[in-house]
Amino acid sequence: MRGVVMDEYFHSVRLIENRCKGCVICARRCPIEAIRIRHGRAQIIEPRCIDCGECIRRCPSHAKAAITDSLDDLAQYEYNIALPAPALYAQFGIETRIDSILSGIVALGFDEVFEVAQGAEIVSLAIKDYLKRSDIKRPAISSACPAVVRLIQIKFPELIDNLVPIDAPVEVAARVMRAKASQERGINPDDIGIWFITPCPAKMTAVKRPLGSEKSNLTGAIGISQIYGQLLKMLQQGRSVDTIHRRHASWLGINWAVAGGESAAVGAKNKLIVHEINSVNEVLEQVALGRLTAIDYIELLACAGGCIGGPLTVENRFVAEANMKQRALKMQAEDAAEDKVPLQEYMESALGVNERRAIEPRPILRLDEDIFKAIYKVEVMEKILEKLPGLDCGSCGSPNCKALAEDITQGKASETDCVFKLRERVRDLAKEMMDLAEKMPPSLDKDTS
Amino acid sequence: MQGEHCIILEFKLQGSDFESAGEASSRLKVVLQQVGVKSDVVRRIAVSAYEAEMNVIIHAYCGTMRAMVYPGRTEIEVVDEGPGIADIELAMQEGYSTAPDYVREMGFGAGMGLPNMVRCTDKFKIESQVGRGTVIKMMIFH
Repeated sequence: MRGVVMDEYFHSVRLIENRCKGCVICARRCPIEAIRIRHGRAQIIEPRCIDCGECIRRCPSHAKAAITDSLDDLAQYEYNIALPAPALYAQFGIETRIDSILSGIVALGFDEVFEVAQGAEIVSLAIKDYLKRSDIKRPAISSACPAVVRLIQIKFPELIDNLVPIDAPVEVAARVMRAKASQERGINPDDIGIWFITPCPAKMTAVKRPLGSEKSNLTGAIGISQIYGQLLKMLQQGRSVDTIHRRHASWLGINWAVAGGESAAVGAKNKLIVHEINSVNEVLEQVALGRLTAIDYIELLACAGGCIGGPLTVENRFVAEANMKQRALKMQAEDAAEDKVPLQEYMESALGVNERRAIEPRPILRLDEDIFKAIYKVEVMEKILEKLPGLDCGSCGSPNCKALAEDITQGKASETDCVFKLRERVRDLAKEMMDLAEKMPPSLDKDTS
Repeated sequence: MQGEHCIILEFKLQGSDFESAGEASSRLKVVLQQVGVKSDVVRRIAVSAYEAEMNVIIHAYCGTMRAMVYPGRTEIEVVDEGPGIADIELAMQEGYSTAPDYVREMGFGAGMGLPNMVRCTDKFKIESQVGRGTVIKMMIFH
């Protein structure tokens, strides 16, 4: 695909250098300790970053941002399709109809729009079938949130086999639409631009660096916050473009935007719903220790509240959640009145089973390739850590004392980066100077005889 | 660096201290990841350490867990002062448990601890004296 730079460590989360004040807030909040403050600026340790966007959310100077595509990129393609995440609907109250939102998006310059919620319905059915199998590892872990999948690759590689091997809804939606548009309009699939209207940077990264497949069916991703203003204008103008001739997603698919919506759509019995990245981390620890074997399905979402709490959304997450729940209830009632049911069957081809590849562990926590050296480094690190104050203040630029001990061991920091150690050294030095100042050459020393 | 050089980690365990339950095993797991032990082996070590740690917390008054991480293997020694096990053979059976109800309600004490340890380790040894305590020694090759 054009305009896509493939890089092993591509990340959409970036630093806007001139805004960064060098405070330690992002470094201390990063759930995977992937940020250091060096030379007065935050630095992201690329191989560690899981693109959860926690730093974007926390930075008071708005110095963290997500690289996403823009509407200008549409010009490179003959035919453009927008795939709005259901979280987009949560940015508006229920008085704004989904039809209006969809035609508003088309008015921004797309040729067609297709709801990711439809992909979610397909994926729900596929996961339902998957959970019926007796040969799978339990608890099965949802792979819909890319930040969670990356966290597992890095910190819990032993749980990779528990991940449900089914693409995320947006990927399925993109696959379906690329095939459909190409077939219906006789366009070369490579000339079709398929753009995800995304609530988070993690999904942006997943476009460039797919998880579980060789190549993404998406062309790019555009942040919800980036188009929100223009979309709002379109909605106010009441611009309605009648290009929505396809089936609409049901409430079941739309509900994926909120934590718990996915498990409900999947119909999992013994389920656990966990959102917010640190809570996700804690629960994964439990799973890894062999607890929670009675659970069938775990829905894990990096953002508090689910995708509606994504760092690239605009509306407050509680308001968004209320919007979404109201909308789903209303749709459910309307559908029932019209005897409309959620999607009941799907085509195997939508899942792209042949394109799947194994999700690989990323053991970046190890201190050295050589196990002997690694053992030595762990010991050095432990000794250094014992001598550090343990306040985890972050002034050294590492997120906590443990991380500083690791950085010193790896030669990336020094003990005097710790303000308390530095003070200790200065005090010792001052004392030594005082002692030396007291000393007299024996020829002048009259006190001793 | 000698071949037999190892990292020694020692943890004090307190009976009924459910709040810190699993901390020792989690700490051990992090060290194993830093050393670069393969993930499936890390999982087996972490699970067996966790089960042993939980046994002390559920049944004993206090104890210690000592983990020795060598380049090619990890050894875990858990020594506790507690009621001991009267019939080890019976205790080794899946589903057999003497855990009190309140512990089971917390989701522990399902009678899978010792069988899990045997399953996850390459060498497993248990000695117990009623009224004194229990010693568990485990070894897992990397």
